[in-house]
Amino acid sequence: MAATDVDIFSNEEKRNLSLGGHVGFDSLPDQLVSKSVTQGFCFNILCVGETGIGKSTLMNTLFNTMFENEEASHYQNGVYLRPRTYDLQESNVHLKLTIVDTVGFGDQINKEDSYKPIVDYIDTQFENYLQEELKIKRSLFNYHDTRIHICLYFIAPTGHSLKSLDLVTMKKLDSKVNIIPIIAKADTISKSELHKFKIKIMSELVSNGVQIYQFPTDDEAVTEINASMNAHLPFAVVGSVEEVKVGNKTVRARQYPWGVVQVENESHCDFVKLREMLIRVNMEDLREQTHARHYELYRRCKLEEMGFKDTDPDSQPFSLQETYEAKRKEFLGDLQRKEEEMRQMFVNKVKETEAELKEKERELHDKFEQLKRMHQEEKRKVEEKRRDLEEEMNAFNRRKVAAETLSLSQPLKKDKDKKKNSAAEVI
Amino acid sequence: MSSLLYRLPSPFPCASGCLPQCITNTWKNLREKEYVGFATLPNQVHRKSVKKGFDFTLMVAGESGLGKSTLVNSLFLTDLHKDRKLLNAEERISQTVEITKHTVDIEEKGVKLKLTIVDTPGFGDAVNNTECWRPITDYIDQQFEQYFRDESGLNRKNIQDNRVHCCLYFIPPFGHGLRPVDIEFMKALQDKVNVVPLISKADCLMPSEIKKLKERLREEIDKYGIKIYQFPDCDSDEDEEFKQQDRELKESTPFAVIGSNTVVEARGQRVRGRLYPWGIVEVENQSHCDFVKLRTMLIRTHMHDLKDITCDCHYENYRAQCIQTMTSKMNADKRVESPIPILPLSTPDVETEKLIKMKDEELRRMQQMLQKMQQQMHEQDL
Repeated sequence: MAATDVDIFSNEEKRNLSLGGHVGFDSLPDQLVSKSVTQGFCFNILCVGETGIGKSTLMNTLFNTMFENEEASHYQNGVYLRPRTYDLQESNVHLKLTIVDTVGFGDQINKEDSYKPIVDYIDTQFENYLQEELKIKRSLFNYHDTRIHICLYFIAPTGHSLKSLDLVTMKKLDSKVNIIPIIAKADTISKSELHKFKIKIMSELVSNGVQIYQFPTDDEAVTEINASMNAHLPFAVVGSVEEVKVGNKTVRARQYPWGVVQVENESHCDFVKLREMLIRVNMEDLREQTHARHYELYRRCKLEEMGFKDTDPDSQPFSLQETYEAKRKEFLGDLQRKEEEMRQMFVNKVKETEAELKEKERELHDKFEQLKRMHQEEKRKVEEKRRDLEEEMNAFNRRKVAAETLSLSQPLKKDKDKKKNSAAEVI
Repeated sequence: MSSLLYRLPSPFPCASGCLPQCITNTWKNLREKEYVGFATLPNQVHRKSVKKGFDFTLMVAGESGLGKSTLVNSLFLTDLHKDRKLLNAEERISQTVEITKHTVDIEEKGVKLKLTIVDTPGFGDAVNNTECWRPITDYIDQQFEQYFRDESGLNRKNIQDNRVHCCLYFIPPFGHGLRPVDIEFMKALQDKVNVVPLISKADCLMPSEIKKLKERLREEIDKYGIKIYQFPDCDSDEDEEFKQQDRELKESTPFAVIGSNTVVEARGQRVRGRLYPWGIVEVENQSHCDFVKLRTMLIRTHMHDLKDITCDCHYENYRAQCIQTMTSKMNADKRVESPIPILPLSTPDVETEKLIKMKDEELRRMQQMLQKMQQQMHEQDL
């Protein structure tokens, strides 16, 4: 937003005038500061790393408090994010700190989908802000900004190179959030190994095109320190909340049988550098970058998806209102067309089913006719047979009658014949 | 041994009544004055074994960057991996597990040891590690199978024993205990090889954290029923000091180890260690890590026990299983029992296989013809 303002002004005529006396607008920054102090600040950190790598301990060490959290288990089925919001106060400055933890990251056997919940969470926060921006009645100054300002990526101190999971995840996240890679549990790497490890990590990130957050070097006040810090990335940190007596001081440290690793000793680890960069110098810049770069990118992609454009085909600036109207009309037209289509489809289907039914009816009818015919055929045949049978019966009866009458007139002859016959049979 | 108690020619041909007395006297004298000499058997065994030499196969498994190669170098005081090429992260995204073998012959006080280190680069490195232990279990099975074949063969003079005697599994110290991939791996290997879990890179844990982690690991190993290598109990007639040592050894499993490739100067001596700005970690200092305990256990006291368990337990299980599956398969196929079992992974009897195939074909043809004829008859009937 600041960039476009400058452009507008450069087109007009500018004259440099000198002041005759003290006006007083040099207090503008102070007014701004007092306003923002009363408003309070808001900062959101996302910690990505394997279970047990030291995320919670580092947060406790950085902010010098004990955020309550239990140890996570290794047996989660998937990755899920756990945001926690705290209210901190230092001098008269209020900070609303949200720490988002990735639970179960790196524990599953198949880690191909591990990055998805993280990307989804970041997108959801952007989406919420976008919705708030597009509202008709909005209250951005009251809005609790949950967009992630910084992602601390915890690298396991293997001493060789990045893990494959690290590379894949960072590649997915680099266009959505500011990433600062840090080497966790750095008290297990000796100085020479650390040097080689850092170089290997940076070269792998560069060769794979992963964009990590670079501390800004355009502001003269901090340019020197930022440039030197950029060369120390990734920071090798050690976290501890336990206090150990070293000499006559009590410092936060880890006590080993072979020595004491002091957290705030610059020659032991880069914790102090991380704290400087993250909190004391560049916190505001991180918030700006998130808003000006990552959020704008998300917004642009999202709106382009919905079909909005900045200029219409004639290269005249389009206003959002017109675009919105055009979109709406288009949408309604689409809906109507879809309805028509569905109705047509329905009608067609009905016709088809009707035709089928008719077909079936006809077939049935045909069959019925056929059966009827067959039936008649059979009936006729049976009738014929019956007639034949009757005829035979009649014929038989007639013969019987004839035979009887014959036998009545010649009974003896018949008996003799009979006897002869039976005798012949016996023989 | 009783056969060695050879019968002395009795010098006194006495009557049977007084013979026992004389003979017991003679036996007693024998024990005091002349000694037979089989007490030198251990020395003979020692001499023969020194001449023959020993062999030992050690497998190391774990994600890359946990210090496996460094630990092996520290254990055997040699540099095994001189020109190693480590893969970049993007190459490892879909890496498969390989098995690499390094064999070295080392000698100490006349005792020769042929040491084989089996490395498993790529384990647990890919993004999707489903069944990444499959190549490892296949390799172990292959070694068993090869030994089985050699043992059942005709010429058994020079059998090479490539079976894996011990597997050191490296657990990362950065977590809170066992991860799913650790549990799956150890469960897959528990019946095939002696699994010894180690906490690697223990110089990132304070003593209290080490204690907590060891307890946690022991609990989880019990809870998930993982059978790791158990030290055998020492004999009850050993002296108290040895028993104490043994007890300490058992209570400090899993060992938390640190390895180092470099020699540094500490307290006026040159020791293997790691140099930090806040102090020097000595690998062989018992209060710094359990490296000495691991070395004692692995090399000085339990090396042969590991070999024995591999031979007597894991290999025998494999063999029994193999034979069982062979016999059930043969019964199912109704093949002729051959004196040498036919193994699934090899074809030693190609001739019989061919014959059997031919016979099967004939059988099938005849069955088809029979069916045709039956059909024809059926049609004719109709």
